[in-house]
Amino acid sequence: MRRLIALAAAALTLSACKLDSRQDYLGDKAPKRFGLGHAASASDIAAEDIDVLPNGTGLPPGSGTAAEGATVYASACASCHGANGEGKAPDYPQLVGGPKTTFDFADNPKIPRTIGNYWPYATTVFAYIRRAMPLTAPGSLTADQTYAVTAYLLEREGLIPSGAAMDANSLPRVQMPARSHFVRDDRQGSQGGPKVR
Amino acid sequence: MTDTASPITRRSLLAGAAAAAGGALLAGLPAAGAQQPVVPAVPHAPADPTAAPGAPTTAVGSRSPFVDPRRAPVGQITGTALTPLQDLNGSITPADLHFTRIHDGIPTIDPATHTLLIHGLVDHPMEFTVDDLKRFPSVTRVHFVECSGNGRQAYRAPTPNMTPQQVEGMTSNSEWVGVPVATLFNEVGVHHDAEWFLAEGRDASRLARSVPVSKGRDDALVVYAQNGEPLRPEQGFPIRLLLPGFEGNMNVKWLRRIKLGTSPFMTRWETSKYTDPLPGGKERMFSFEMDAKSIITSPAYPQRITPGWWPVRGLAWSGRGRINRVDVSVDGGHTWLEAQLLGSILSKAHVRFEYPWQWTGNESLLMSRAVDDHGYVQPTMKQLLAVRGPGTDYHFNPIRAWRVARDGTVTFEGRT
Repeated sequence: MRRLIALAAAALTLSACKLDSRQDYLGDKAPKRFGLGHAASASDIAAEDIDVLPNGTGLPPGSGTAAEGATVYASACASCHGANGEGKAPDYPQLVGGPKTTFDFADNPKIPRTIGNYWPYATTVFAYIRRAMPLTAPGSLTADQTYAVTAYLLEREGLIPSGAAMDANSLPRVQMPARSHFVRDDRQGSQGGPKVR
Repeated sequence: MTDTASPITRRSLLAGAAAAAGGALLAGLPAAGAQQPVVPAVPHAPADPTAAPGAPTTAVGSRSPFVDPRRAPVGQITGTALTPLQDLNGSITPADLHFTRIHDGIPTIDPATHTLLIHGLVDHPMEFTVDDLKRFPSVTRVHFVECSGNGRQAYRAPTPNMTPQQVEGMTSNSEWVGVPVATLFNEVGVHHDAEWFLAEGRDASRLARSVPVSKGRDDALVVYAQNGEPLRPEQGFPIRLLLPGFEGNMNVKWLRRIKLGTSPFMTRWETSKYTDPLPGGKERMFSFEMDAKSIITSPAYPQRITPGWWPVRGLAWSGRGRINRVDVSVDGGHTWLEAQLLGSILSKAHVRFEYPWQWTGNESLLMSRAVDDHGYVQPTMKQLLAVRGPGTDYHFNPIRAWRVARDGTVTFEGRT
């Protein structure tokens, strides 16, 4: 009898939820692991592990100053982003020189969003340049060159003192003015709801 | 080099790479929107197709010479080619017309050597080949992918002669086949303290986004097929991440790596881009779900209609679930009437709507309004701007309008 009830309950559950292939259709036959794929070696991981966390985890050895970065910028960046980081609309964003007095981006779409007034983490500058820049030869800058051009941009934005070297220790400590303005999504997530937010 | 009117082509890119290798970097990358005008060949059909045998069979089909749907604009390595919504019926987007957003070109990847690395906070750091991924139990799902910048151009620079493609063409809908991310998480043994994962592509921008582990356990997929065939290169061949209902940018193409961590990785695409300014000096980040939206695809510019019956047709979708209802107005939103939903109404997927309308020759303003299964009603432009301010244009989902003039011309009404 108990078995029958269990069966009936199982049938009810089955018919109640739509047949959703996301559910594991193997049921109790599903193995703990399928045993597919192969173990990743330390060198496999190192070859692709290029992300950088805001606390500096992932930053490589090396360092660079704004003076060194000016040279890198002129040869690798200026052709698209302009001699002074002013950008070329619409494809190549302005990097530096946005107004820093207010944070009125919601009210005024014309305010340029630059590293100094909009980027919440200095580590992202390094991580993005290392990941994707320059557009025509991503990955071509050395760690020193990447630190240097990062320092150049941060110094142009007045975020680091003149002559300061950027490295794995100093970069995560750079205070970014925009940081406190960022908030997590408040649109009620996947639960949704009727309210327009 | 100075600004050039021609877009970046593969050839100019190779020239640029050669120049870069020589020590000087390519300057003067393309101006947006520059394209060669397309001159279609005039199709010819015999007066009586029954009078003689037709053409023989072919290995790969092609469209009738009488139809020519095209993505636009094209030719860029950083840019978006939009889906010609006005040329399509039903709810599935042909794979070769799925909108394409790329950040540094479309990579050519050999599926025999491509691997997906999963590491970080896991028991077993693993690499999976594409063949490995195909051996896991698979799922088949229909979902839309929409760029969160869809609609911004029609907001920032509306003109009467914008087509549905130009207004909302950064959304497309496909049947996808792949393996649940949850299955892969189980295979590698994701640690309990892992809250976020980084998904990264094997393109030249190595695009990367942070995704909550909860989404991975819910309905995220690593997909390898689209509408019955392997993914197209511009859609991520051989594999892409599919996060149903989440903004397009997160659905990382050419997926090469997933790294589990405790906190978001704060990539450029989730900080300086894809964040939404709000009144009061706030900046919304990690706004993943695409809110409910709809657009009328016919009648629309550049159609010209005559008095009589015209079905008002369009698409509706919600990143949070199913579409419950679509209302249509022909009088600029004074009165609304429920449209019919056609075909299957699936979660986080396009659904086609249709409303039978008899145009009497008076000036009309056509609008559509989607309602999803959370009771969310697609807002007016005014409602949206009131809560977000004019500076926000990601996740931009206002009710759209088409003006029908007395002479039957239909134009986009950007200021509603």
